[in-house]
Amino acid sequence: MIIELGHFALILALAVAIVQAIIPLIGAHKRWPGWMAVAIPAANAQFFLTAFAFGALTYAFVTSDFSLRLVAQNSHTAKPMLYKVAGVWGNHEGSMLLWVLIVTLFGACAAWFGTNLPPTLRARVLAVQSSIGVAFLSFVLFTSNPFLRLQNPPFDGQGLNPLLQDPGLAFHPPFLYLGYVGLSMSFSFAVAALIEGRVDAAWARWVRPWTLAAWIFLTIGIALGSWWAYYELGWGGFWFWDSVENASFMPWLIAVALLHSAIVVEKRESLKSWTILLAILAFGFSLIGAFIVRSGILTSVHAFATDPERGVYILFITAFFTGGSLILFAIRAHAMEAKGVFSMASRETGLVLNNILLAVAAFVVFIGTVWPLVAELAFDRKLSVGAPFFNMAFTPFMVALAVIMPIGAILPWKRARLKRAVKSMSGLMVLALAAGLLVWSMQTGRTALGPVGIALGVWLVGGAATDLWMRTGRSGFSARMRRMFKLPRADWGKALAHSGFGIAIIGIACLTAWSEEDIRVAQLNEPFTVGTLEITLLNVNRLQGPNYITTMGEMSVSENGALVTTLTPEKRVYPVQAMPTTEAAIHNGFLRDIYLVIGDPQDGGGWAVRTYIKPFASWIWAGCIIMALGGLTSLTDRRYRVAAGARKQRNVAMAPAE
Amino acid sequence: MKHLILILALLASPAFAVQPDEVLSDPVLEARARGLGQELRCVVCQGENIDESNAGIARDLRLLVRERLVAGESDQEILDFVVGRYGEYVLMRPTWAGANIILYIAGPILLFFALFAGFFYLRRRGMAQNVAGADLSKEEEARLVEILKD
Repeated sequence: MIIELGHFALILALAVAIVQAIIPLIGAHKRWPGWMAVAIPAANAQFFLTAFAFGALTYAFVTSDFSLRLVAQNSHTAKPMLYKVAGVWGNHEGSMLLWVLIVTLFGACAAWFGTNLPPTLRARVLAVQSSIGVAFLSFVLFTSNPFLRLQNPPFDGQGLNPLLQDPGLAFHPPFLYLGYVGLSMSFSFAVAALIEGRVDAAWARWVRPWTLAAWIFLTIGIALGSWWAYYELGWGGFWFWDSVENASFMPWLIAVALLHSAIVVEKRESLKSWTILLAILAFGFSLIGAFIVRSGILTSVHAFATDPERGVYILFITAFFTGGSLILFAIRAHAMEAKGVFSMASRETGLVLNNILLAVAAFVVFIGTVWPLVAELAFDRKLSVGAPFFNMAFTPFMVALAVIMPIGAILPWKRARLKRAVKSMSGLMVLALAAGLLVWSMQTGRTALGPVGIALGVWLVGGAATDLWMRTGRSGFSARMRRMFKLPRADWGKALAHSGFGIAIIGIACLTAWSEEDIRVAQLNEPFTVGTLEITLLNVNRLQGPNYITTMGEMSVSENGALVTTLTPEKRVYPVQAMPTTEAAIHNGFLRDIYLVIGDPQDGGGWAVRTYIKPFASWIWAGCIIMALGGLTSLTDRRYRVAAGARKQRNVAMAPAE
Repeated sequence: MKHLILILALLASPAFAVQPDEVLSDPVLEARARGLGQELRCVVCQGENIDESNAGIARDLRLLVRERLVAGESDQEILDFVVGRYGEYVLMRPTWAGANIILYIAGPILLFFALFAGFFYLRRRGMAQNVAGADLSKEEEARLVEILKD
């Protein structure tokens, strides 16, 4: 009964969404307050109805109602409760329902928190957001209905893919979707602004927090996915340039560009049409990502739906929203005139460069991702584009970005003296180069990646610190320290996010350059040496987990005669799916991770064992978390908490804001 | 050595990425083998290279690569041989040939145009200063004066 109510609620939500997509738009055009006001209760109703439907599906998973086809295919009574709940979005239909829930959640948030928006803008934003809701609600109901019953319910379900039964992955999709779909808010604001024909500083101030929130979620979602790959797939890789990873990375890159260009609109009333275009592209890439994942056209580990009908439907949605908004952009963009005037050496220039690098980098990822498809359709060549290509084509952009970032960040708006900025950073430049050279001299005959990464990391983290310090004026040390902690949160957020990027670069460069690997057959109680570590396989046990059987090795790791840690790598078999998974045992450290994997027993006795020493591995995810924290800090800035309005900044020289 | 590898290949249980029995005793050759392993795609997998893959065919390819390395072939010869068998689909790094050149130069070309467009945009904004002074609001004018002072 609850299931049928949920199904019905979803149909009602679609009906409400259709009303909300049309009536407020007409109301805003005709200036009818009553029609515009329809959007608010409608956005609420749409959210609560979808939330009820989602709750009903979750209920079915929690109670293991195998009369529901989706539950029978993706759940099992022996599964721990966490994965019963996570199983709701561990499949195509349920994950689409989660997607729709988030679309309506953002719409409802715009209704709740958008009370200070001009009524016509709010009505248009909610109508556009609702049209996205219509597209995806109808997609769920007509092609991917999660509420279908089975004629003969089975006695037990088929279980969830064991790879997905992991805490890191349980929360990966919700964060990712909050990010993807969060970008629909910037898209709705952009389209509404095009309809209004007006983009100003106030508009940018309303858009930025939504983009920032979406970007924070996307950052966490991508980091969770990469962390999961690191510890679960058993060889310690963290990024594979898989087409689905790329699908999440492209919107991330565009969102970063959008965050920065929106600052220029907010502070300087320039780059308006470009910012609108980025907002359209960011969500456009989210939709393309959804298409790539759901159509299975570029097959990848993630593709759980390879139904052509669904692919075509999503392609249609993508074409409609991206194409439609781009046409609207072409017609209306000229109405956005730039007002700001600035010289070639200015923060504006720095941000334009940032945008060029990020947008072209996203394009490179895009063309690499779709190239196999293009080559097959247009040139009849079946080929692959893998990690070696992306590493080569993408890395230079990030290096260039890291080089210009600290300088661009301290340049004043409008007119700057480049020499002065470079001079104030010269000490740091020397320090960064020295760090790189020191590392260079310590290593022999390896890639330049490590030294370059370290130099860039020092440069970025130091640059962020210098930036904060330079904002504190010219008085004594303690006064400056005090003032530093009173700087606006937006400044702190910027410094945190920028240094997080530096920390992640250090982690990636060191891990890639100096990983050590050892693959061998280990005999019980016969120690072997990897780098400076001495490792012993103490014993191997077969144990029974809640829904799996595990082979667990017990291994001691010591260094210079002192015990560092005892680790228990596992190899699990999930009988329901007859599928093995590896559970690496990782000793996370500040400077290195020790990563142990146990493989199969060997015919001649002993076990296959792999040992990896991964220097600075934790820095990659620490960097991502710091970036996300930076975003969060910036999001709680006073400007966003008090009513949006131009806060005058009297003392430009001392606090050039942002 | 060759025989040993083949025998081991036949005995293999479900493989799991690079196995201890595959590793060559010569560390230089093994390093080259790992380098090649990153460049070759497991043809039945979803975007994995042969080093990472658990599939049987990936193991066969890893052994093939090592066998040819031991026989003294160059990296390029080995890649060519594998491409001859499985087509260019196995290459993780597309060849610099024919239409693929578009893939390689699209990024740099776009970057060039973007920098070009960006430069002219910035120059226009800079020039606008001379003529657009009248359009500035009072507040902006005051700020302009203030900024120009230092």
